[in-house]
Amino acid sequence: MSDMKPMPETSPNSPERRRFISAATVAAGVTLVPGVMLIEVAHGRPEDQPASSAVRWGMLVDATKCAAGCDECVSACSTENGWTPVAESKHPKQAPQWIRKLELQDPLTQMETNLPMMCQHCAEPPCVDVCPTGASFKRADGIVLVNRHTCIGCRYCMMACPYKARSLVHEPLNDTQKPDVPRGIGCVEACTFCVQKVDRGDGTTACVEACTAAGHNALVFGDMNDPESEISRRLRELPTKQVRADLNLNLGVRYHGI
Amino acid sequence: MAGKIKRLLALGAVVLTTAALAWAGSDDQPKAGGAPKPVITKAAKGEQCVEPNDFMRRNHMKVLLHHRDETVLEGIRTKKYSLKECINCHASEKTGSVAASKDDFCVSCHSYAAVKIDCFDCHSTKPQGSMAMHPLNAETAHYAHKLAAQADRKISAEDMAGIAQ
Amino acid sequence: MASITFREVEGSSLKYWLLFGGIGLFVLFGFLSYLYMHHHGHVVTGMDNQIVWGLPHVFAVFLIVAASGALNVASIASVFNKPMYKPLAPLSAILALALMLGGLLVLVLDLGRSDRLIVAMTHFNFTSMFTWNVFLYSGFFALVGIYLWTMLDRNVKAYSKAAGTAAFIWRLILTTGTGSLFGFLIARELYGTAMLAPMFIIMSFAYGLAIYLMVLAAAYAWTGRPLGDAVMLRLKSLLAVFVAAVLYFVVVYHLTNLYFAKMGSVESFILRDGGIITTLFWVGQIVIGCVIPLVILLTGLGKQRTWIMIACFLVVLGGIAQMYVTIIGAQAYPLDMFPGMTMKSSFYDGVVHGYAPTMPELFLGLGGVAIALLVTTFAVKVLRLLPANLDDATVAKLEH
Repeated sequence: MSDMKPMPETSPNSPERRRFISAATVAAGVTLVPGVMLIEVAHGRPEDQPASSAVRWGMLVDATKCAAGCDECVSACSTENGWTPVAESKHPKQAPQWIRKLELQDPLTQMETNLPMMCQHCAEPPCVDVCPTGASFKRADGIVLVNRHTCIGCRYCMMACPYKARSLVHEPLNDTQKPDVPRGIGCVEACTFCVQKVDRGDGTTACVEACTAAGHNALVFGDMNDPESEISRRLRELPTKQVRADLNLNLGVRYHGI
Repeated sequence: MAGKIKRLLALGAVVLTTAALAWAGSDDQPKAGGAPKPVITKAAKGEQCVEPNDFMRRNHMKVLLHHRDETVLEGIRTKKYSLKECINCHASEKTGSVAASKDDFCVSCHSYAAVKIDCFDCHSTKPQGSMAMHPLNAETAHYAHKLAAQADRKISAEDMAGIAQ
Repeated sequence: MASITFREVEGSSLKYWLLFGGIGLFVLFGFLSYLYMHHHGHVVTGMDNQIVWGLPHVFAVFLIVAASGALNVASIASVFNKPMYKPLAPLSAILALALMLGGLLVLVLDLGRSDRLIVAMTHFNFTSMFTWNVFLYSGFFALVGIYLWTMLDRNVKAYSKAAGTAAFIWRLILTTGTGSLFGFLIARELYGTAMLAPMFIIMSFAYGLAIYLMVLAAAYAWTGRPLGDAVMLRLKSLLAVFVAAVLYFVVVYHLTNLYFAKMGSVESFILRDGGIITTLFWVGQIVIGCVIPLVILLTGLGKQRTWIMIACFLVVLGGIAQMYVTIIGAQAYPLDMFPGMTMKSSFYDGVVHGYAPTMPELFLGLGGVAIALLVTTFAVKVLRLLPANLDDATVAKLEH
């Protein structure tokens, strides 16, 4: 275990390229025993370290707090990731939507439920199973992504997804993309759990930030493998469900109040 | 039989004409100076690329490809060899982009070498906080003097010969 | 056993070149449609994020399914040793190759990034049914190609039965793979069943044979070669059996679904409330595709050449309607993420998705059909695929 360096500070070529999220994480990493520390490091992961399977990113949606008519999470996602809001699109049926608000109603009891629906970041993702080129993949930390370099736009993943989470980019984007979020015509895309923010060490996503800023606090993002994280704590306390739990896909997004 | 001879003759004529044209063309081109040489604009930021220029001219695609897979698949986000960093440094002063007009850094060489790239089908051609609109945003303000002193430089024939080797 | 003379089609008449040019025109239209779609993106099609596979896939899957079925006549000859079918085998093999080519071209030209086809050939994910299909299609070309070679070259004729058997087994696996493209999908109620694989196989028998019969009759009528009733009547009876089997599978499939409460709403969508989908199911797939052809083929009408041709044409139309219902219908019905709840969203959750195919999609699909016909038309001109004579007397000699 002597070769396991708590921090890759000693890497020869470029110490200045390391970026840590916070001094606190560094301190925690240095002081804790190696096993615990691995998790801590992965949270504030140095940029030359690959995503670690010690982490599983997940989200808790508290539908009881999700406000009717509010779409802060949707517009935050659109702004962060650079996709055109559907209301502004010339082709609404063909416009990509990474996240959307669902309004549910029980026809018998008239009870209404609001919740955001997006990629559920399954542990057993059907989109990854069916992708012919392997472009659809699950990162070590549980985030399900599309590798746009190998996506051929066959849309088989869209046929396979039980949550209709994926969209095809139907038209040229004409250099309107965000530098951090490449997206392009002919490729399939979906919610990435704001992977650019996660890798930067923000530890949260645009939708969660927006929901919290709006005062609803319906969304919690975090590491479901870390028993001390807020999401793990809340998941222990609240009864939650997975959408289409019958499919047994082990989802990264859990809902309370559905 | 007559038909065959006629066909052969026609073929011969075509071959001769093509050869003559090619000959004329090859003679002509150097005098006219050939295709316009690519414009290599000096990067706005920094003095030196992450590797020596000669290395980057020959191998930038290899390091980019390697880095791209590490970033996408594993989440390794080091800045060296990152396309985003290329764009941050090499975006043109005028367009704020590496591929918006024909003299921009990436396009200029790639159209000269007739190598099609599809990076910018998906990737933004502009740096974070778009220099075009905000030439001196928070991230780039300390490069103000570089932007001012920046000058276009025509690439020399020797440079291109070096790449071609 | 009497020998049969195979001869190329002369193919120098004005009529031949008119046919060739006419089909070529549709190939051109298909190619232009592809360029148009590729340049503007899928925004110019009727496909969207709800109906992700559209008319091009209807044509592509139909052609691929029909391709493996077109090989049947050859399989009967060499695998099941029926001498009467031997002279019919080469055309059967070339038609199989041509239809497969047409179907695959439509499939790959509809890709969002068709320029990256090389990626599909170099990156494989073996949990994907699509990946397996890539190998099944390539293997199909290779095996049927070898089989055709053993039929055309006397030096390798001894291997014909082995090659034919290999091609036959391969085509069964291939259509299993095509059906499983849909059968292996958990998301949509109408997919995700093992029924789809055998159902696609029996459908391929019917569609392939119907196309084969039309091409055979057209080739002999237009070249003035004699084609006796013995061949036609034998094949039309076979077609009747296949069409009846298709009907049987469709009935069992929907009856099973109807028995499960959770499938109730999606079944009532297809069978009763689906508008154009319901019409295509009952009128297209069932009446035009199965009932009328069965009536024609099993009654006295089936003794007349014209009526057999009409029946074949209807089977093909019904086949395209069936693919439309299978592919579009299953997508048009909204995903049931929260059973028992009504759903509303900006992403068209909870509502039936409409689909209006555009011209480029139609012409891309027709382009695939045209490629298949063009290849066949050209192949019968340059290869000795068609027997010079298939009148009753010649065929009768084969049986002894």
